[in-house]
Amino acid sequence: MSVLVYAENTGGQFKKSSFEIISYGKSIADKLSTTLSVISIGNVSNENLSALGKYGVARVLNVSDARLNDFNSQAYSSVISNAATSENASVVLMLNSFAGRGLAPRIAVKLKAGFAAGAVDLPEITDKFTVKKGGFSGKAFAYVELKSDVKVITLNANSYKIVETGGSAEVVAFSPTLNDNELKSTVKETVRATDKISLPDAELVVSAGRGLKGPENWGMIEEMANLLGAATACSKPVSDAGWRPHSEHVGQTGIAISPNLYLAVGISGAIQHLAGVSSSKCIVVINKDPEAPFFKAADYGIVGDAFEVVPKLIEALKALKASN
Amino acid sequence: MKILVCISHVPDTTTKINFIDNNTKFNTAQVQFIINPYDEIALARALELTEGNGGTVTVINVGDISTEPTIRKALAIGAADAIRVNAQPRDGYFVASQIANAAKDMGFDFILCGRESIDYNGAMVPAMIAELLGIPSVSIAKKLTIEGTTATIEREIEGGKEIVSVPLPFVAGASEGMAEPKIPNMRGIMSARTKPLKVVEPIEVSLLQEITHFDTPKPRGQVKLVPADNAGELINLLHTEAKVF
Repeated sequence: MSVLVYAENTGGQFKKSSFEIISYGKSIADKLSTTLSVISIGNVSNENLSALGKYGVARVLNVSDARLNDFNSQAYSSVISNAATSENASVVLMLNSFAGRGLAPRIAVKLKAGFAAGAVDLPEITDKFTVKKGGFSGKAFAYVELKSDVKVITLNANSYKIVETGGSAEVVAFSPTLNDNELKSTVKETVRATDKISLPDAELVVSAGRGLKGPENWGMIEEMANLLGAATACSKPVSDAGWRPHSEHVGQTGIAISPNLYLAVGISGAIQHLAGVSSSKCIVVINKDPEAPFFKAADYGIVGDAFEVVPKLIEALKALKASN
Repeated sequence: MKILVCISHVPDTTTKINFIDNNTKFNTAQVQFIINPYDEIALARALELTEGNGGTVTVINVGDISTEPTIRKALAIGAADAIRVNAQPRDGYFVASQIANAAKDMGFDFILCGRESIDYNGAMVPAMIAELLGIPSVSIAKKLTIEGTTATIEREIEGGKEIVSVPLPFVAGASEGMAEPKIPNMRGIMSARTKPLKVVEPIEVSLLQEITHFDTPKPRGQVKLVPADNAGELINLLHTEAKVF
């Protein structure tokens, strides 16, 4: 028996949320009195792979087939399912990332596994095996009992704390046979903004909406985000109007995020917007309308004009940085 | 070109969510049901792709008779015909199994779904249908074009996008940006009543999981307001009290 985690890498480096899902897996492995294995696909250095030992990983399966250098949901899900079978994994875990969403459902079908997508906490496994996950676009939680022998779970980013348990990992090469039928899709181009913090992974987010009046006013939002090391986000009307890219749109038909801080400037807080941010740990609202519905969902707020308030926040942030 | 579009019947966005029967069931009393917004986007794209070239769009839904008004709406928007699998959409695997079974011998060029439904947010049906049919899938697709027997699809990734080339047939989950949802016109609404809506019985599917109960998030306490002329104090509170940075 074992718990198997698929840990994503970008350019050979594991991202923060990959360590989160590994720590999540370690907790589950401990609860089940079994070991934790990780499968990695791509060109990751032996150093990075064996370093996973410090998060409690016992075994790392290293898949470095050149045909898998680019993401391919058919081939990757096949490889991971193979690994789950050969490691006799009873629980298969990965992030609820864009890759995870392409892979986990296919793996669940291959392994005839119950599947909980977007877990927000460790499963309860005292009596049955139950996973708490978000539902109704952030308005509720559903508790899903997984009844099958093998279980698949995807975890939301920023939902589990990384824990260093110490230990060392055995790294082994893993080369399952690939079927031509699984390699038919090809990647033509990958475009990744490396200078910006990726919104789905960000711990801190500064967001703005129609209250900013026009795209030319976003400088102060970006300045505040830079000072905080935060990602920038926006509301739907603003991305529909082309003021900000679609990838920044947070909401029911945009991205759902759960950062530690969501600071919203000039956004009224319609239900569809709240759906994207309700799991944020701390919500701050800056709006000149005291009746803005967002204040009812906020932890902190300032009723005031964004053009006066935000510069003051920037001053205060600079002062804080200087004193540290 | 023959396209299958999968649609879900979901509670309207602005619905107040509550549960009954000891929190085991979603309370549907007084709830307006709509086509899942992402599915509307998928349907709009499918109709754009078949416009003017004799192609057809079939819609499929897994649901009981109460979903028929929602299916008729999809017909009004422009789908040529519809299939309803007569069963409760128990879970994503169940729904995907019904759709894959209905679709397998119908000669579709490809299948479009919304990327996820706004009620369960599982985002699993498109990829599961593809796995059951042994074909490629793109789960979160922002753009889709077809040239002959190949699709060029833009999928979303963290901090960017990836352009992939996928041979037909495939399944894609439409995300925001793929198309603008179409509003049905009067002619569409009239013709929807007579377009074919075929009802089929479901196949047996193993029960791999079950929702035991629901709950709602604890409401946040009263917002702590900081006066605008002392805005800097907010930074101090976030640093020392909330400790978010």
